[in-house]
Amino acid sequence: MSSQTSTTAPVQENYLNCSHGFRSWFFTLDHKRIGVMYLASILTMFLIGGLMAVLIRTELLTSGQTVMSAQDYNKVFTLHGAIMIFLFIIPGIPAALGNFVLPMMLGAKDVALPKLNLASYHLYVVGAVICVLSVVLGGVDTGWTFYAPYSTTTNTAVTIITLGVFILGFSSVFTGLNFIVTMHRMRPAGMGWFKMPLFLWSLYATAVIQVLATPVLGITLVLLMVERLMGIGIFDPALGGDPVLYQHFFWFYSHPAVYIMILPAMGIISELVSVFSRKTIFGYRAIAYSSIAIAAFSFIVWGHHMFTSGQSELMNMIFSALTFSVSIPSAVKMFNWISTMYKGSIRLATPMLYALIFMFLFGIGGLTGLFLATLATDIHLHDTYFVVAHFHYVMFGGTVIAFLGGLHYWWPKMFGRMYNEKAGQIAAVIIGVGFNITFFTQFLMGSQGMPRRYYDYVDKFAIYHQISSIGSYIMAIGFFMVAIYLVQSLISGKKAPRNPWGSAALEWQSASPPVHHNFEGDVEVLDPYDYSAIAYDPASGDYVRVGSEVKA
Amino acid sequence: MSMSGAHAKNPHLQHHFESMEQQYESGKLGMWLFLVTEILLFGGLFCAYAVYRANHPEVFHYAHQFLDPSLGGFNTIVLIVSSLTMAVAVRCAQLGQQKALVTSLALTLACAFLFLGVKYVEYQHKWKHGLLWGQKYQAQGHEAEAAPIMLPAAAAPAAPADPEASQLPRAAAQPQGTVLHDEVVGTGEHDAPAHDAAHGPEGEAPANAQLFFGIYFVMTGLHGVHVLAGIAVIFWLLIRAMRGEFGPDYFAPVDFTGLYWHVVDLVWIFLFPLLYLID
Repeated sequence: MSSQTSTTAPVQENYLNCSHGFRSWFFTLDHKRIGVMYLASILTMFLIGGLMAVLIRTELLTSGQTVMSAQDYNKVFTLHGAIMIFLFIIPGIPAALGNFVLPMMLGAKDVALPKLNLASYHLYVVGAVICVLSVVLGGVDTGWTFYAPYSTTTNTAVTIITLGVFILGFSSVFTGLNFIVTMHRMRPAGMGWFKMPLFLWSLYATAVIQVLATPVLGITLVLLMVERLMGIGIFDPALGGDPVLYQHFFWFYSHPAVYIMILPAMGIISELVSVFSRKTIFGYRAIAYSSIAIAAFSFIVWGHHMFTSGQSELMNMIFSALTFSVSIPSAVKMFNWISTMYKGSIRLATPMLYALIFMFLFGIGGLTGLFLATLATDIHLHDTYFVVAHFHYVMFGGTVIAFLGGLHYWWPKMFGRMYNEKAGQIAAVIIGVGFNITFFTQFLMGSQGMPRRYYDYVDKFAIYHQISSIGSYIMAIGFFMVAIYLVQSLISGKKAPRNPWGSAALEWQSASPPVHHNFEGDVEVLDPYDYSAIAYDPASGDYVRVGSEVKA
Repeated sequence: MSMSGAHAKNPHLQHHFESMEQQYESGKLGMWLFLVTEILLFGGLFCAYAVYRANHPEVFHYAHQFLDPSLGGFNTIVLIVSSLTMAVAVRCAQLGQQKALVTSLALTLACAFLFLGVKYVEYQHKWKHGLLWGQKYQAQGHEAEAAPIMLPAAAAPAAPADPEASQLPRAAAQPQGTVLHDEVVGTGEHDAPAHDAAHGPEGEAPANAQLFFGIYFVMTGLHGVHVLAGIAVIFWLLIRAMRGEFGPDYFAPVDFTGLYWHVVDLVWIFLFPLLYLID
């Protein structure tokens, strides 16, 4: 903190330009740089996973072979799933945006355990390289769930990719562990648990799941690798093993994992809705508690993935009922966001557009989840495109859209530049429209019985597949636009003020981009949702604390 | 603002913490959370153990007799002693008793190596007699003299019942790795009588006895990996302790490693009765 304050005069020194060179980035302990590196990495993975998705949709334009063989198709959809889940969406919001924002929201200089934070990133890189290596070494054709016994007998590179995912698990655990410790030990005086921004509550709930669920995936993957390498027989029915045990183990992690994906997204929406409605968040405590409730429920619903795997009827009924109960805390959040907007002064900036798209799509995604939680309907819908559509409405329509909202929201803080607002709005609409064209049709064909993951289909599904594929191209155009104007903003974007959106949360008290140790002086802890304390100052084009002078 | 007093006074205080106490508490919470993940990691294996023991009680009852409880019991004592010396090490670090710290860390290391040595003897015995996992398992009985010393001699005379089958080791006939399941089914007819004929130390050898050894090796193997990791960390502590880095102002690494070591010990305390002392 010492040197930075004195040297801010001519060329603003900040975390981006305070040191140079590859080593100053790759071995940095600064949470902001680690966050930016994570961001670049996950966006790269999103690009690869997205290209795979476009390949899948292109193959399905016509029945029979269009651009690739059935075997290649199996590999492409497996890698699409594995890359998107393990390399993009799980680390996406917490490790990239969360890493950058969390300590700043606490007014802290860094996360509690910076070396562990860097270790988490390095493990991510190693895991990502190994996963991508599996493509070179023959690919994987099991689907991202690696179900035994197929995964233990196929001769594709399953061992390599599970090793990669195992390492990524450590990366995820380290991030979550670090966040929990940081929130417990680094909160400033005056910031009790219920004065934290809601994004932090959601990151806390996420971190709890990361710490408690990921080790179980770890041991599952170890058993899978041991099974493949040594034939240990734990999941192999021919040796007395039980393949359904694999499914239990896998979903004990992977169902909570979908809440690792959605909870931080919900946290972002809580911030966006309040800031862009210029209104205190409605039902703060209800939203905070609902994050914890979702985290708790996440551990007791995994059996709904095995309704058709030979579970007992009683188990099915219990898991079905528990699954329904997840909708309560989710709906609590939804109602509170809508109530926050009620009579608010809503500004339809790009992040807010994404927040609205989120509510619309997550609403559909959440409600169709109930169809799948109902035992009778699930027998019909299990393993159809209905599941694919539901999953993408929640994960893409929910998490990815919220990620985009958060990315646009914190972009000025991260890089000190504004993006082209008009382009941002147009791209958001294109992505929203393209998404619905792609995935709503999948609800229709799924409910008529089109099975997921199939390479071929009967003629009556042709029109749905074609519409869905066209929708995916529209989405691709939207993402292409986002990439262009974000890169353009880095090069020639307008300089961002400290607080372009008028938020009262602490991270906006720093410079844009922040200095190496985040804040130039001491931070003043405010209520993060008290907008009466923040007013627009036309002279500087920035939002400032009411009564305070414009800073030099 | 220049470097604050606390940072100037203690070189171990990292820049983003305000006091040693905050730093210590953060590290400690982090360590406890890490240990929670360790428990969950082993939890998956304990869960697999429970499932298979419930589904195949006869397998566990039969196969556990091939483990030597005196060796396992000895190792349990060794680990408990090492936990004690580790706890003493933490106390010595806190009090700044340099010599005693080095001695107790060295004793802990010695115990860890002793544990692994005994484990090696046990593994080697099982390896020699085909008491292994999956396809590598060889039904016992035709070579009862190879069974552990503690087994009753009456175990021997099984082979004559079906010499051909019992002398056909299951693993030898089949390549490892890319095993076709049909093969197992195909040889199943030979296998079944082999199992039936092969008398264990007490009672008939049940089918799927390899399940027990699969679980045994995965559980003790993962535990062994944790002991190895502990050895590496304690060795690093030993070097730092000899350099005199620890004292009343800075003992967190010793403290946290101690916590880890106790968990490794604790896991073994559950493994020992579950694997060695079945009814």
